[in-house]
Amino acid sequence: MPHQTIIGQTNPVAIMFFVVFVLSTLGITYWAAKRTRTTKDFYAAGRSITGWQNGLALAGDYMSAASFLGIAGLVSTKGYDGLIYSVGWLVGWPIIMFLISEPLRNLGKYTFADVVAYRLNQRPIRAAAAAGSLVVVLTYLIAQMVGAGTLIKLMFGLPFELAIVVTGSLMICYVLFGGMIATTWVQIIKACLLLGGATLLVILTLAQFGFSYAELFGQAEKLYTNKFLEPGGLVTSPVDAFSLGLALMFGTAGLPHILMRFYTVPDAKAARKSVFIATGFIGYFYILTVTIGFGAAVLVGQKVIMGIDKGGNMAGPLLAEFLGGNIFLGFLSAVAFATILAVVSGLTLAGASAFSHDLFVGVIRRGKASEKEEVKVAKIATVGLGITAILLGILFKGQNVAFLVGLTFAIAASANFPALAMSILWRKFTTAGAVWSIYTGLAVATVLLILSPTVWVDIVQKEEKAAVEKQIKAVEDASKAKIAEIEKQKVPGITPEQASLIDVALNAEKKQAEEQIKTEKANMPKPIFPLKNPGIYSMTAAFLVGILFSLISPDKEAEKRYDAQRVREYIGIGAED
Amino acid sequence: MSSKITVHDIVEDKDFKTLTSTKDSISIVLTILELVLYFGFIALIAFNKPFLAQKLSEGGATTIGIPIAVGTIFFSWVFTGIYIYWANNKYDADVKKIKDKIGG
Repeated sequence: MPHQTIIGQTNPVAIMFFVVFVLSTLGITYWAAKRTRTTKDFYAAGRSITGWQNGLALAGDYMSAASFLGIAGLVSTKGYDGLIYSVGWLVGWPIIMFLISEPLRNLGKYTFADVVAYRLNQRPIRAAAAAGSLVVVLTYLIAQMVGAGTLIKLMFGLPFELAIVVTGSLMICYVLFGGMIATTWVQIIKACLLLGGATLLVILTLAQFGFSYAELFGQAEKLYTNKFLEPGGLVTSPVDAFSLGLALMFGTAGLPHILMRFYTVPDAKAARKSVFIATGFIGYFYILTVTIGFGAAVLVGQKVIMGIDKGGNMAGPLLAEFLGGNIFLGFLSAVAFATILAVVSGLTLAGASAFSHDLFVGVIRRGKASEKEEVKVAKIATVGLGITAILLGILFKGQNVAFLVGLTFAIAASANFPALAMSILWRKFTTAGAVWSIYTGLAVATVLLILSPTVWVDIVQKEEKAAVEKQIKAVEDASKAKIAEIEKQKVPGITPEQASLIDVALNAEKKQAEEQIKTEKANMPKPIFPLKNPGIYSMTAAFLVGILFSLISPDKEAEKRYDAQRVREYIGIGAED
Repeated sequence: MSSKITVHDIVEDKDFKTLTSTKDSISIVLTILELVLYFGFIALIAFNKPFLAQKLSEGGATTIGIPIAVGTIFFSWVFTGIYIYWANNKYDADVKKIKDKIGG
């Protein structure tokens, strides 16, 4: 039976669900706008969000469409290897819990730079931290926008540019008028829709297998051999695997839009509770996504999935269509759109706060600006970032932007996390140490990623690589034809001598082809830096430089202020309320 | 009385010292456990794929790798649960004691 799908066509059901979502979130934005006056309202929702709500909002801020559609796709096409990825996306959360969330809430006001600058020189630290934040926000925004355009085109049948303009305009609207209050509720609603939709999809999937995972895996094995349930080729080099693991784990703990959410709760206790809730929901979500991937591989089939999108991104929507028809597909498409909106809104708000709170107030005005001015600049920054995101999204149309997600996490883990961790944990940390650590992490992660196979070979030398691949293919094809030609001589009735002569000719041909392929492969463009993930080097560099510069430029005053920092960090006296 | 208490007094206070060192140890031990859990999983993938490829039961399809991956996610969450249980029951009470003492 040929598989019928309406994916890629204009889908009225999806658009209807999406319009309902947009209208209700715009209603919330209108309600939030009336409650957004001060900087505390705009950046931190008046610190009125409960631990539970913030837990859901964190989950909504973190679970991107890329992880929802991407991991399901990766599992459906690569099996177990997709599961490895989903684990990496979760393990940063306990680190946030044990090392970051409570000190951040007790020491800071609106941005993570507040914590790093707590006992150090405000201006250089804020400039460096804002650079780290803005680069992370922009790279992640571009990745999300290009992903949004592509996915929305696939799911709703809308043109790429229109999809990006709609996404960008809605995001500007939420943040500009409703600030953190509206952003939080968009994220909470999205988290509930996404978790609910994915749960329903998993229940419907498992119902096909008598609610038995053993049965699901059994059928997957029958269709795609036992390789499908084993680790395969995704992780080839151990160093690369560790490097990716480091970036995912500590990058999560260095994402400005995630860190910023800890200022929306009333105290450190609520901050801690929200991490527990978020970790639970995110972990549950990744387990659902993996189930969806395996279910799609069995029920829809890899051929159909990869026929629609080579990366497998449509595995989830296709499974929804198979199990729940057009209505469920429409619902899930709208949820994916809502997912993108919630993430980009959080990013834009984090970028605006870095711009206004750190750069404008901290660096340009040396800490002296009225609330009104600060909110105004944050709003201008929101519009500026939104328009930049729309333009860059359109500019990068059709480009391979997968490396941008890797870059985002590598920079977050190398520029933001080391400075934040050392400022909390290390008495002798100084301004010079922090500033050089941030810039080193930023520079090393960016440069190494550009020189890595993902950019230097796959993007910069795309044509050279394709040319070499074409050559190799030509050699292989020619050799195959020759071998078939020689094998034709093996007709019944030839003498053993003739047969062995043919074999010698066959082997000679095979050897010659191998040699040729080897020479061709030598022409393959080579990366200057061998790893796909620079995290292991860029993080180490950031920590070493931070330690080195702190030791050669000791700061007695900052050391003294560490005591006051610790009192506030541990018992919360003086924390912002 | 509370106005006379300085940061120095609090930092030198025996209860505060116990509080911070207990919290530091718990945070560090749990962080190390999480690192071992995750990088242990990565090490298995990098160095011992055949182990993960073993079947859970004779004739079944499920490999050991699947519960290990899901377990890594689950235990990460359990660790955050352990931390929050300790913090809610012990840490908050100790913080309150110190706050009462310094009148803050």
